[in-house]
Amino acid sequence: MVPSTNDSQSMNWHRSEASRWLDKGFIGVTGFFGIAVALVLLAIALRVSIDAFPAIQKFGLGFITTSRWNPVENLYGAWPQVYGTIVTSFIALLIAVPIGVGVALFLSEDFLSPRIQRPIVFLVELLAAIPSVVFGLWGIFVLIPLLTPIGKWFHETLGWIPLFNTVPVGPGIYVAGLVLSIMILPIIAAISRDALVAVPLELRQAAYGLGATRWETIFQVILPAAFSGIVGGVMLALGRAMGETMAVTMVIGNANVASPSILAQGSTVSSLLANQFAEASGLQISSLMYAALILFGLTLIVNILAELLVRSVRLKL
Amino acid sequence: MISSPNSLRWACLTSAMVLVVGLGSCGSQTTTSSSPDASGSPATETTAKPAGGADISISGAGASFPAPLYQTWFSEYNKKFPNVKISYQSVGSGAGVKQFLAKTVDFGATDAPLKDEDRAKYPKELGVPVQIPMTGGAVVFAYNLEGAEGLKLSRESYCGIVDGSIKTWNDAKIAKDNSGVKLPADPITFIHRSDGSGTTFIFTTHIKAACPNWKAGSGKSVEWPTGVGAKGNEGVTAQVQQTKGSIGYTELSYAKENGLKMATLQNKAGTFIAPSTEASAKAFAGVELPKDFALSVPDPEAKDAYPINGLTWLLLYGQYPDQAKADAMKAFVKWALSDEGEKFAADLGYLPLPKEITTRVLAELDTIKVAAAK
Repeated sequence: MVPSTNDSQSMNWHRSEASRWLDKGFIGVTGFFGIAVALVLLAIALRVSIDAFPAIQKFGLGFITTSRWNPVENLYGAWPQVYGTIVTSFIALLIAVPIGVGVALFLSEDFLSPRIQRPIVFLVELLAAIPSVVFGLWGIFVLIPLLTPIGKWFHETLGWIPLFNTVPVGPGIYVAGLVLSIMILPIIAAISRDALVAVPLELRQAAYGLGATRWETIFQVILPAAFSGIVGGVMLALGRAMGETMAVTMVIGNANVASPSILAQGSTVSSLLANQFAEASGLQISSLMYAALILFGLTLIVNILAELLVRSVRLKL
Repeated sequence: MISSPNSLRWACLTSAMVLVVGLGSCGSQTTTSSSPDASGSPATETTAKPAGGADISISGAGASFPAPLYQTWFSEYNKKFPNVKISYQSVGSGAGVKQFLAKTVDFGATDAPLKDEDRAKYPKELGVPVQIPMTGGAVVFAYNLEGAEGLKLSRESYCGIVDGSIKTWNDAKIAKDNSGVKLPADPITFIHRSDGSGTTFIFTTHIKAACPNWKAGSGKSVEWPTGVGAKGNEGVTAQVQQTKGSIGYTELSYAKENGLKMATLQNKAGTFIAPSTEASAKAFAGVELPKDFALSVPDPEAKDAYPINGLTWLLLYGQYPDQAKADAMKAFVKWALSDEGEKFAADLGYLPLPKEITTRVLAELDTIKVAAAK
């Protein structure tokens, strides 16, 4: 605040009263929204649990380990879906993390002049704005015809490895993993770049001052300093990968099996929900809710593990 | 003078306030819209007015299989009678039945007839639900196999493809009936629906009746022993077009529209019949109609009938709160089942109902009553 003249003394007092009221109001309103978000999450979890209760009662924990999904006889188990969710997300991270962090490093160092760098950063972030159904269609009409011969080659030469022991027929777990990796790449790249840019310049200069090369500076100073930010980005990306519905449903093949082969068809919890929810009734609905609850749980476990990882790295530093 | 940080704070606070007010009004909206349900009458968008030319809007929801035909019917009917507006959401049979039972629509539509448990949930104050067939369709095997035109599949062959026991195209069971066709040794990829659907219900009902080795039963979604799942008719169509050596099932109207090759199937009498609306309509000719119209012919006996067919139903309330709506609904059904309406069905690949069924349906319509004025 810039006090201009001395006769504004009384006005200043008035304003400070108003401004104090403003401050209180602002804290109240933001606090309300903060709590509301948490309450909404809790309310969703509660509602899903209540609706899932008949299935929980009937199938218990065996639901996670059995692999039947039979609406005719009302027998349900979600092992293939839980397995598919984990495997597709894992493939997606395996591809997207190195590339995403690499892209972020490249775009945060001074390799390029800002005039070229800025448009590239913008384009990478634009990738995140593409609707998932477009990714799905692209998967069906472009990626699958492209990948099937490659998959066939893997099956013919490395078919003795369980990972490739089924004949690829188009859609499959590996296609879903690849589509997911492209979908989550911009999240990882953008957030990692922000974390890398936020590393204080002094750290970098100090490293150079001690005689470190750029290579050493990046891997021993900058990356560890930005680690928690990068893990945060990866977690956000993993959340999207596990929850992605439309694109995965379109390219995974929706078979109710948990095959060790990534060339086989599979399904994920989200794709199961997308497929069956509209026409389900009775125990099938509550089984779907149970599956959704398991997805909630999986996400929670992953987030806790990430938090532990970040802490252990911080302790070492 | 107000300095800039202070004005920023004002801006934040006012926008937050706007949000709060906005949320509040959302909340109140939902409560008002749910209250008509509690009062015990179907959603009424127009207040009761005498039928003479007043605007009537009717809303319905349900099955997606007949949706193209229903949309055409509703828009053609609106051209004829501009004061009657019928809207339809194709949300799926299950959701249609749910909305019908919850009284949020004026009519429902379903590919699978009402079950006893659904009837038990029907609101008693609205009489008895009226379930009437409007049209039907054939489900076809669409395939993608180069150089194989007019593929013929015996019952043994298609049962084997569906249950996974026939794995390649040059299997002796398929080759037997296709002497002129060059069948490759490629694997067969069977493509089925992954979402719950009336098409699957019609298809599996037939498979259950025709295939002795079929164990998965019948329903809107079943546990498939083999194959790739695709979402929606459009998903199956895309997958068949994409995958060489694939075969899947879709509605006849869909396969026609997308120019897919369709297999000629062997019916119960042993004849090979190419899919068409005429051959499909023959399946329902001369079959006795149950009282609730829940007619299903899983495996037609007729010599020249196409084997896989199903009907689709409209669900009406036994009592409507206002005269105008009840009259409009009846008039529409009469028009749709007349020669004028059925012309649209045949054009779109749906089967026109046989006369003996439509006369029964029209008689049933007269049982719809108007609730006594309260």
